[in-house]
Amino acid sequence: MPEETAPPPPPRERPPGRLSLRLRFRRDRVLLLMTLPAVALLLLFNYVPILGNIVAFQEYDPYVSDNGVVSMLHSPWVGLENFRRIMEDSAFWDAVVNTLVLFFLQLVLFFPIPVLLALLINSVIRPRVRAVAQAILYLPHFFSWVLVIAVFQQLLGGAGILSQLLRQHGYDGLDIMTDPETFKFLITAQSVWKDAGWGIIVFLAALSSVPGDLYEAAAMDGAGRLRRMWHVTLPALRPVIALLLVLRVGDALTVGFEQILLQRDSVGPGASEVLDTFVWWNGVRNQDFGYAAAAGLVKGVVSLGLVLAANKVAHLMGEQGVYKK
Amino acid sequence: MSTVTGKTRWWSAPPRPAWEEPPGRAGVAGKGLVLTLACLGVLFPLWIVVVTSLSSRRTIDEAGGLVMIPKDVTLVAYRELLSGGQVTRAAVISVLITLVGTGFSMTVSVLCAYGLSRTGSLGHRWLLMLLLATMFFSAGLIPTYLLVQSLGLTDTYLALILPSALSVFNILVLRGFFMGISQELTDSARIDGAGDFRILWQIVMPLSRAVLAVITLFYAVGYWSAWFNASLYLNDQEMMPLQNVMIQLVQKQEAPVGLGQAIKTGELSGLAVQMAVMVMALLPVAVLSPFVQKHFRKGMLTGAVKG
Repeated sequence: MPEETAPPPPPRERPPGRLSLRLRFRRDRVLLLMTLPAVALLLLFNYVPILGNIVAFQEYDPYVSDNGVVSMLHSPWVGLENFRRIMEDSAFWDAVVNTLVLFFLQLVLFFPIPVLLALLINSVIRPRVRAVAQAILYLPHFFSWVLVIAVFQQLLGGAGILSQLLRQHGYDGLDIMTDPETFKFLITAQSVWKDAGWGIIVFLAALSSVPGDLYEAAAMDGAGRLRRMWHVTLPALRPVIALLLVLRVGDALTVGFEQILLQRDSVGPGASEVLDTFVWWNGVRNQDFGYAAAAGLVKGVVSLGLVLAANKVAHLMGEQGVYKK
Repeated sequence: MSTVTGKTRWWSAPPRPAWEEPPGRAGVAGKGLVLTLACLGVLFPLWIVVVTSLSSRRTIDEAGGLVMIPKDVTLVAYRELLSGGQVTRAAVISVLITLVGTGFSMTVSVLCAYGLSRTGSLGHRWLLMLLLATMFFSAGLIPTYLLVQSLGLTDTYLALILPSALSVFNILVLRGFFMGISQELTDSARIDGAGDFRILWQIVMPLSRAVLAVITLFYAVGYWSAWFNASLYLNDQEMMPLQNVMIQLVQKQEAPVGLGQAIKTGELSGLAVQMAVMVMALLPVAVLSPFVQKHFRKGMLTGAVKG
């Protein structure tokens, strides 16, 4: 998220280099002790599982033993066989296509909404009205996906309010929640409902940091509302927009795993399978762990490449990106 | 909403700067309309859910399903759900996991954030790199699943807490905030003989209440909303938290265990029961998050990664 948006801190004094390692350890041992639980948790649950990706090169048999590690040691190696199978699996490529289509849909339909909403809220100068509107718009961000989908079911499902009204007026009801044709738009609409309001927070912060003098100077020079927005407001938002775009592109292959998994059964995998649910289906459901891990590894490696590439592009464009050069 | 001007009410506008032209009528009306519609877009679905959960079976049958305009108010659905049984148990489980998990996550995160808040301390750069790197890759679902299973965490609540206990983003936000606390303050405490634990507890944390509130809310909402790990690691239906029970009741339209008969014959509407479960899931969040709202921006913006 919006790292780097705050100004860089003034450089602090580095400790004099002549302190020996032992002295530094004695000085900082309490600090190190404090980081220990977090570091242990991250090592165990974020770093150790990387090694587990070796099952992607195995015909992993989960029934050898109750313990995954023991099973791993006893499973036969198959080299790149799992990856070869993936390349020939049309279901995998369908998942790739679904993932990319959803990514672009969300980019086009979701991304501009928080910017526009933020401009709108920013132009409301009554503080209480602003606070109430913000409280309401932020709210769905804190709902679980289970709840959001249940809410949408009450709106657009076969027994939902829309169908109810249609039936009362003599039309047939319709069940948008199970329609594969419109599923990708449904997913996007759910994302907008849940998170578009929350998205404005970053833009509002960027807007509030624009010095008022700039607007005054522009007004003095005869710029009206629209020209002030174009020449003052939007340039102030540019770095934030660039940063969020970079983050989104870097995360392009992750398009709402929980949200889609919850609706996979009702719409069918044809329209809803994305890379993450493909991994889940083959691994957790079909117990084909080697195959699923291989698909997950492909996704992970491509994603890492995307993040790094997106940052590179951001740097080339003169923006900060996620990390500094 | 924002179209009323003139009188001094709570929604009255502060004076505009002299150089700013007064807004046109059409502009104000248009903005008010869009903003009102956006807010209604959030509130209307919730309204239907809440009203239906409070309606009697007769009202629901008359409305042909969901109720938009309340005709009567009854708590029968809530009474049935909370009188023991599947949903009561699930709600208690969810509350306990959220409390224990949030306490654990906050303790570990605050300690780590403080431990990394002094630039130039031993190993500071390496540890920071170790944290940051996790934001760029994920080990993958399958290896994580196999690890949790190998650690023997399957069918225990530890599987719902430990693997996802930490958010590196949250730790960095806390750290950014801690680093902004004046060094003179902590240094003078050190001269007076306070250790790091004491400085953290008596100086740093009381000065960071805003960001602590925000991060606590983030962690708590995460635990309260989680369902995937439970579906992955728990086999016993009796152990399931509220979200997983909600999947069964609302999405799969099953009747709650023990209430099936009451729904078939009695005053209880199956739909009201479903809506009541949804209200139970949204209520804590909807009540708590506005209190923390004014601090959100602070929480989001101190996340800058400082050397």
